[in-house]
Amino acid sequence: MNTEMKHKIVIAVTALNAIDSPGPGVAVIRAIRECNDFDVRIIGLSYESLEPGLYMHELVDKTYQIPYPTAGTDALLGRLKYIHEKENLELIIPNFDAELFNFIKLREALKKMGIATFMPDLDQFEARDKMKLLDFGKKHGFDVPEDKIIHEFRELIKIEENFEFPLVVKGKFYDAIIANTMEQAEKAYYKIMSKWGLPIIIQEFIKGTEINIAALGDGEGNTISVIPMRKLYITDKGKAWAGITLDDESYIELARKFIKVTKWRGGCELEVMLSNDGKPYIMEVNPRFPAWIYLTAAAGQNQPASLVKMALGQKVKSFTDYEVGKIFVRYAWDLITDIKEFQKIAGNGEL
Amino acid sequence: MRVRKNIATSDEGFLFNPTTGDSFSTNTIGAEIILLMKKDIPTSEVVDTICAKYDVDKELFERDLEEFTLQLKGHSILE
Repeated sequence: MNTEMKHKIVIAVTALNAIDSPGPGVAVIRAIRECNDFDVRIIGLSYESLEPGLYMHELVDKTYQIPYPTAGTDALLGRLKYIHEKENLELIIPNFDAELFNFIKLREALKKMGIATFMPDLDQFEARDKMKLLDFGKKHGFDVPEDKIIHEFRELIKIEENFEFPLVVKGKFYDAIIANTMEQAEKAYYKIMSKWGLPIIIQEFIKGTEINIAALGDGEGNTISVIPMRKLYITDKGKAWAGITLDDESYIELARKFIKVTKWRGGCELEVMLSNDGKPYIMEVNPRFPAWIYLTAAAGQNQPASLVKMALGQKVKSFTDYEVGKIFVRYAWDLITDIKEFQKIAGNGEL
Repeated sequence: MRVRKNIATSDEGFLFNPTTGDSFSTNTIGAEIILLMKKDIPTSEVVDTICAKYDVDKELFERDLEEFTLQLKGHSILE
């Protein structure tokens, strides 16, 4: 009888909000658990008591609530120290745009505590920011839509001098509304401003096919994995509810170039619009895995598992093949739990 | 009139374009025509083969084939 116990790597993962506009956490955990090269204990890090991942005990061993990003790095570090004392964390994988800044700032502090991360550094993180995307594209020779950052309403009035309708009105963090007239643009401006504040981004509208690319970089300019996907079914929030892996060398080349010039470390998602004349415009770069990341594992390139290996110091070879035509179809499922469980997380911040 | 190399086809008439992610279904005659096109033969041979097999007016079939070909081109199935 083999009595040898395999060491369980303790990994903390955020973004367990597997809702209609989902965070990637549950998909990241699913992919990691599927890898046979290691055994894991998964610690969920949550912001809300009703994030579905908290209650998926077959995926998440234990969950701790952490402070909102607005509370700052000191509050986050204090909480992580407490969790580390209890769990002896070896790796943290943050998956929310809004929390990444704090985690990047804490990278060295976490390293001293013996906790690994595998994230872009601050320069990489900021270079691909929505507000700087146009400069980034011009600097490195990527096609990106023209845009203008506006800080007050009177700038919007003048926008017709530089842009044709339709145009896209975007929030600094989320949301994008297509406006066909000035009246619609004004309405969109106020709607987005009330939700996400100023500034607002006005962006050239590119007509074409939307392609999403999940990619993983090793931090030295090498691309470990690239999987392009086209959304087949889109929710009213613009999220993919179904998608399919594609075969097109130009998307893969685009992602490789992005990772090479930025020396990207970790996962990212390129949102690309293939214009009707065949130009791939980078519309946005998300600095973390997308919610559909499990598709990369299903197609033969397990990006979250590869990230774990690299974070723990292993060399990982670049993938070369994947299955084209692999489809994911998301579904909604009523997970049943008990008030006692809810009470533990809502009252004690642990489950 | 060549079917793009990477287009996946089935005998039942299902087409998948792996570059765009689009998929299509044709009827059985459409499937037969596409399988012939995949052999990289001249259009006249496609016409002759179908007209020999089915009771169809040659001119009428040529017109239908042209329309079908335009649709396939529009969906990037043909080069």
